[in-house]
Amino acid sequence: MTFIKDFINVLSAGSISFTLLTSIFALIVYFNLLGGRIKAVGGMAFIGLGVFMLLMGIFVPPLLYLGIAYLLILFALARLGGRLWDTKVGLRLFVIGGLAFGLSMLDPNFFLIAAKPDNVPIVAMIFLLGFFTWVALRKAYLNDTQIAVGGIPWEKTESDEKLFTWPDLVYTELLCMILLTIVMIVWSVVLRAPLEEAANPTSSPNPAKAPWYFLGLQEMLVYFDPWLAGVVLPTLIIVGLMAIPYIDTNPKGNGYYSFRERKWEIGVFLYGFLVLWSFLIITGTFLRGPNWNFFGPFEFWDPNKLVPLVNVDLSELMWVKVLGTSLPKLWIIREIFGLGLIGAYLGLPPVMAAGPFRRFYNKMGAARYYVGAYLFLIMMSLPIKMVLRWLFNLKYILHIQEIFFNV
Amino acid sequence: MANLRGLQEGIVNSQIWKSVFRVGIPNTNRKRVLAVLGSLILHLHPVKVRRSGVRMSYTWCMGGTSFFLFLVETVTGLLLMFYYRPTIEYAFTDIMDLREQAPFGIMREMHRWGAHAMVIAVWLHMFRVFMTGSYKPPREFNWNVGVILLVLTLLLSFTGYLLPWDQLAIWAITVGSSMARASPGAGNEGPMSGLVKLGDIRLIHAGDDARFALIGGRSIGAATLLRFYVLHCVVIPLAAGFLMAIHFWRVRKDGGISGPL
Ligand code: HEM
Ligand code: HEM
Repeated sequence: MTFIKDFINVLSAGSISFTLLTSIFALIVYFNLLGGRIKAVGGMAFIGLGVFMLLMGIFVPPLLYLGIAYLLILFALARLGGRLWDTKVGLRLFVIGGLAFGLSMLDPNFFLIAAKPDNVPIVAMIFLLGFFTWVALRKAYLNDTQIAVGGIPWEKTESDEKLFTWPDLVYTELLCMILLTIVMIVWSVVLRAPLEEAANPTSSPNPAKAPWYFLGLQEMLVYFDPWLAGVVLPTLIIVGLMAIPYIDTNPKGNGYYSFRERKWEIGVFLYGFLVLWSFLIITGTFLRGPNWNFFGPFEFWDPNKLVPLVNVDLSELMWVKVLGTSLPKLWIIREIFGLGLIGAYLGLPPVMAAGPFRRFYNKMGAARYYVGAYLFLIMMSLPIKMVLRWLFNLKYILHIQEIFFNV
Repeated sequence: MANLRGLQEGIVNSQIWKSVFRVGIPNTNRKRVLAVLGSLILHLHPVKVRRSGVRMSYTWCMGGTSFFLFLVETVTGLLLMFYYRPTIEYAFTDIMDLREQAPFGIMREMHRWGAHAMVIAVWLHMFRVFMTGSYKPPREFNWNVGVILLVLTLLLSFTGYLLPWDQLAIWAITVGSSMARASPGAGNEGPMSGLVKLGDIRLIHAGDDARFALIGGRSIGAATLLRFYVLHCVVIPLAAGFLMAIHFWRVRKDGGISGPL
C-alpha cells in the first residue's frame, strides 16, 4: 500500500504528471482514435520514448517511475484500440476510477484535501470531464468508422426528421430540471457552505489561494511573471477562444461528432482545455500546499517543507556558466541570448509559411494564418517554459528588470 | 380513474385555466403548435426541432443546465439579499446569523454550490459545442456571445466569493486581484508602466493603477466590498441576462440547434 502511495506521490509531481498526461493524450490519439498499431513506425517510436525514459531513470530516479507508468498505459491502450470506446470498457474504467478514488479517501492526508467543501465540486468536475471526454470521443469514433466505410454520421440519420417541441423537448427539459433540483437540494443539505473566521487583513493564510477556477492562472505564476500569467495570457485565452470560428475554415464536422475530419482543431483544443487548463487547475487545487510548494496526494501539507531555490536566468546560464565571464552591464547585450531565442520563436510563422506550411498559408490567407499561428505559439509557450524549468532550472528567458519585463 | 379524468377535464375546461393557458391539453398537432407559440416562455423554442438535437447525448443538456443554474442563483441570491448588508461591520455577522438563525437555511449552500456547478456546466457546454463543431458558420457569432457569457459567469462567481467577508473570501480576492498590479503599462508593477511619465513624475502608482480601479483602494476594504456587491447583484446578472437573451435568440436565428447539413 505504502509502495503504491509513494509511486503515485512521485508520479504527481508537476514535471512527471504533466509529461505523462501529455503522452497519454498523444497515445489515445494514435492508438484509439486513428487506429495506429504498435508494429508500425509510430508505435515503435512511442515504445522507444518509453525505453528512453527508463534509461534516463538510471540518472534521474523519478523518470524510472514515469517510464514504467508510461509503458504500462501504452500497452493497455494499444491492446484496447477502438474497443476503448465500447460501453463495457468505459464502464469498467469508471468503476476502476471510482474505486481508486474511494480507496484513496481512506488516506487521512488525501481525505483532508479532497473532502474540503469547496473542493468537492472539483472532484466531481474531474469525473465529469473524464466522462464527457469519453462520450464525445466515443461518438466521434463511431461516426468516423461509419464515414470511413462510406456511411453517414449518426446525427445525419435523424437530423431531417423534426419532432414537436411539445412534448418531446419540454419533457426532456422538465426531467433535467427535476433531476438538477434534487441534486442541488441533496448537495445543499449534506454539505455546509464553508465559513472561516472573520476577515483579518493582517493575517494571511498559507497557502493563500484564488477561487478554484483561477488556480490554473495561479499555477502559471510558477512559470511566468504576473504580467504574463495574470494579465496577458488570460486575455489571450479569451481572444483565442473568440477567434476559433474565424481561424478554422474546415467546413467538415459541423453539427456532428467526428475526430478524423477535424484532427488538428480537436487536438489543439483538447490539449489546451484538458491538459493546460483543467490539469493546471487540478494541480493548483489538490497538489499545492503551504508556500505553493508541491505535495503528492498522499503527502502531509508540511508548512516547513524546504524546497531549494536553484533557478537561474538564461543570461546567467550562458554568460557565467557556459562562457565563463561575468554578466555584461548593458541589458541589451546581457539579454542577447534571450532576445535571440524569442526572436527565433516568433520568427517561426513567416519562415514556415514560406516552407513546409505553404499549403496552410495559401488555404487560410495571411490574416488567418498569422493570427492562428501566433495564438498557437503563445499557448505552447506555457508547456515549453515548464519543460525548460524542469530540465535546466531556467527562471527567465528574458530578464530585463530595468522595465520589469521578464519572460 | 374515470373520476380523475373527469376532474382533469373539468379543470382544463374551466374559465380560469383557459384564461391562463389558451389551449387545453396539447393532444393534437394543432394544439401542440399553439401551446408553444402561445407561451412567452415556451416560444423560446421553435415549434419543431431536429430529432438528433433533442437527444441528451447530443447536447448533454449543458446549455439548458447553465441557464437553469443561473435561475437558481438568481432566486437564492435574491433571498440572500434580504439578510445581507454589504458593509464591513455587518457582512460577516449577517452570514453568521443566516447560518445560525434562518429556518430551513440552505439558501446559502444552494447559492454557493450552484455557483460552482454553473461554472462547470458552462465549461462542459462550451466543450460540447466545440466537439460538435457547432461554432462553424453560421454560428460564429453565437460562439462569441458564449465566450463573453463564460467570462461573465467567472466574474459573477469571483465577485460573489468576496461577499461572506471571511478569511477565505478576502485572501482569495487579494490573490486574484493582485495580478492587476502587473498589467503592462497600467499596473504599478507592470512592465513599461514606469515609462508612463510626465516629466519626472510617474503617472502609474499604487494609488491609481489598474488594481486600484478594480478594488477601489490600495487594499481590499469597505470600498471593494460595496463595489463587488453592486457588480455581483446588479450589474453582471443584468448583463448576463441580456446576453443570454441574445444567445437564445441567435440559436433560433442561426437555424435552430446544429445538425449535419
Ligand atoms: C449567475 C450567477 C451567480 C453566481 C455564479 C454567484 C456566485 C456567488 C458566490 C460564489 C457567492 C459567495 C457565496 C458564499 O460564500 O456563501 C455569492 C454570494 C452572494 N450572491 Fe451570488 N452569484 C450569482 C448570482 C447572484 C444573483 C443574481 C444575486 C442577486 C440578485 C446574487 C446575490 C448574492 C449575495 C447577496 C451573496 C452573499 C451571501 C453569501 O455569501 O452567502 N448572486 N454569489
Ligand atoms: C451562461 C452561459 C451560457 C448559457 C446559459 C448558454 C445557453 C445555451 C443554450 C440553452 C443553448 C441551446 C443548445 C444547448 O443546450 O446546447 C446554447 C447553444 C449554444 N451555445 Fe451556449 N450558453 C452559455 C455559454 C456558452 C459558451 C461559453 C459558449 C461557447 C464558448 C456557447 C456557445 C453556444 C453555441 C455556439 C450554441 C449553438 C449550438 C448549436 O446550435 O448546436 N454558449 N447555449
